[in-house]
Amino acid sequence: MGVEICVEGLTKSFGRQVIWQDVSLTLPAGEVSVMLGPSGTGKSVFLKTLVGLLRPERGSIRIAGQDITTLREHELYEVRKLFGVLFQDGALFGSMNLYDNIAFPLREHTRKPEGEIRRIVLEKMDMVGLIGAEDKLPGEISGGMRKRAGLARALVLDPEIILFDEPDSGLDPVRVAYLNQLIVDLNAQIDATFLIVTHDIASARQVPDNIGLLFRRELVMFGPREQLLTSEEPVVRQFLGGRMQGPIGMAEEKDAAQVEQELAQLGEAADAAVPDVLELTPRLLPTEGIERPPRWVEIADREALRRLRASVRGRAGDA
Amino acid sequence: MSLSPTGALRQSGSLFAMGLDVLRTVPKRPFQVREFIQQAWFVASVTILPTALVSIPFGAVIALQIGSLTRQLGAQSFSGAASVLAVLREASPIVTALLIAGAGGTAICADLGARKIREEIDAMQVLGIDPIHRLVVPRVLATMLVAVLLNGLVSVVGVAGGYFFNVVLQNGTPGAYLASFTTLAQLSDLWAAELKALVFGAIAAIVASYKGLTAKGGPKGVGDAVNQSVVITFMLLFVTNFVMTAVYFQIVPQRG
Repeated sequence: MGVEICVEGLTKSFGRQVIWQDVSLTLPAGEVSVMLGPSGTGKSVFLKTLVGLLRPERGSIRIAGQDITTLREHELYEVRKLFGVLFQDGALFGSMNLYDNIAFPLREHTRKPEGEIRRIVLEKMDMVGLIGAEDKLPGEISGGMRKRAGLARALVLDPEIILFDEPDSGLDPVRVAYLNQLIVDLNAQIDATFLIVTHDIASARQVPDNIGLLFRRELVMFGPREQLLTSEEPVVRQFLGGRMQGPIGMAEEKDAAQVEQELAQLGEAADAAVPDVLELTPRLLPTEGIERPPRWVEIADREALRRLRASVRGRAGDA
Repeated sequence: MSLSPTGALRQSGSLFAMGLDVLRTVPKRPFQVREFIQQAWFVASVTILPTALVSIPFGAVIALQIGSLTRQLGAQSFSGAASVLAVLREASPIVTALLIAGAGGTAICADLGARKIREEIDAMQVLGIDPIHRLVVPRVLATMLVAVLLNGLVSVVGVAGGYFFNVVLQNGTPGAYLASFTTLAQLSDLWAAELKALVFGAIAAIVASYKGLTAKGGPKGVGDAVNQSVVITFMLLFVTNFVMTAVYFQIVPQRG
């Protein structure tokens, strides 16, 4: 079972520049959460703060009963064993082939015999679909493969928490879809707590249990997927709708007057389109054949019910 | 780079802190034998040839200078003594320092810097592995070992080069050169030089690792880090050399 992460009043700044302040949220154990936000709002910084690579100025992060912001360096190394992190480009060790990369944490942290290491590594490589690429060097493979290899490496120590730093950046839509499916399947299989940092709205709509949105140095909202997808909050609606009108501008943020004007212009026209935007995207479910834990059985039931209701409503509309 | 007045202090502070971290991590088990051997081999392979090639002319220049000087003073029999002294005491630690910092240190800094910007170092920390223990300590120890060995190499090649120039090109007498070998130099000079090389190796590797591990801002950042690491190392090495020489003269009685 995964571990709950409880973040309270977290503030991080570099010099005088505040990245975000007073971020409070709880990542429920075993659930998939997505942290959204426009580029440059410190999503990756948030992720690095969660694993203790960066120290926040204020606030606390409680993981398994410990506040990691107050831990000393060597205690941090212990807590980090709970984590698996997938970095943006996989962050594989360039001098080792994929097999050695994935075996690395096992060789460093456990005294398992080489035969068992081989079994575990091949199992994880199979999970991410990399069988046959064991001898390749990270420089010789595509970005998508590097990400999957990075994921396999993050998985070998059976982490309780897995953090994904923009798993979809630099991948084509088909590979993103596969990766999303992989994430959901993994969650059903290993039951860890997942946090995905991304700005890909499509993934954010169908993958997670919870969504958070970082904007203007604050956590605008964090809550269950349904709550965010149907939210009236302008920033949330603009971001999830992926449109230009709203508080988020090209450079950073717009002034209030311009936002008012744009939203007014959008007015009725947008509302007509809103049901389309706000309609709940069906959730991505684990692949058939993967044994679903109770949590996922429940989610699948809810999804089936929603689909049924939608189709009934659709038929009523036709008539 | 920030231009605030505290910036330089903060840099030196964290450099020193990392030096202490390295010192504290050295006894930590398990010792990374593989990494140590690989790094020692690597540093040796990038430094041996340039070191040998630099120390021949270095020895030769000293021989030339001393040769003409001793001839004017009519003290040719001392040319061997003086050239050995110069090579052993000053030339060899300095040549070692230049090569260790210029060839070994830059390679270490570029390697770690590239790993840092590819997030490999972060990944390693997240995997619960201390990069100081896993990467820096083996590099520092390897560089120290290679520096000591290089110092020996420079001494031998430098003295041989001096002998060649003095005897073959300046018509010195081999007997006088060899006989005066130990009139000025003594064994403790060699030990002092080796100790210097050991310290230089440690400083070069720590500075290179520090600069590499704190590289930021993409590939350009790595280039900057390498550049700065060479400059900082050279400055530190020459200051350290001066201090160690001064201390050496105070505590070891001199001949002659």
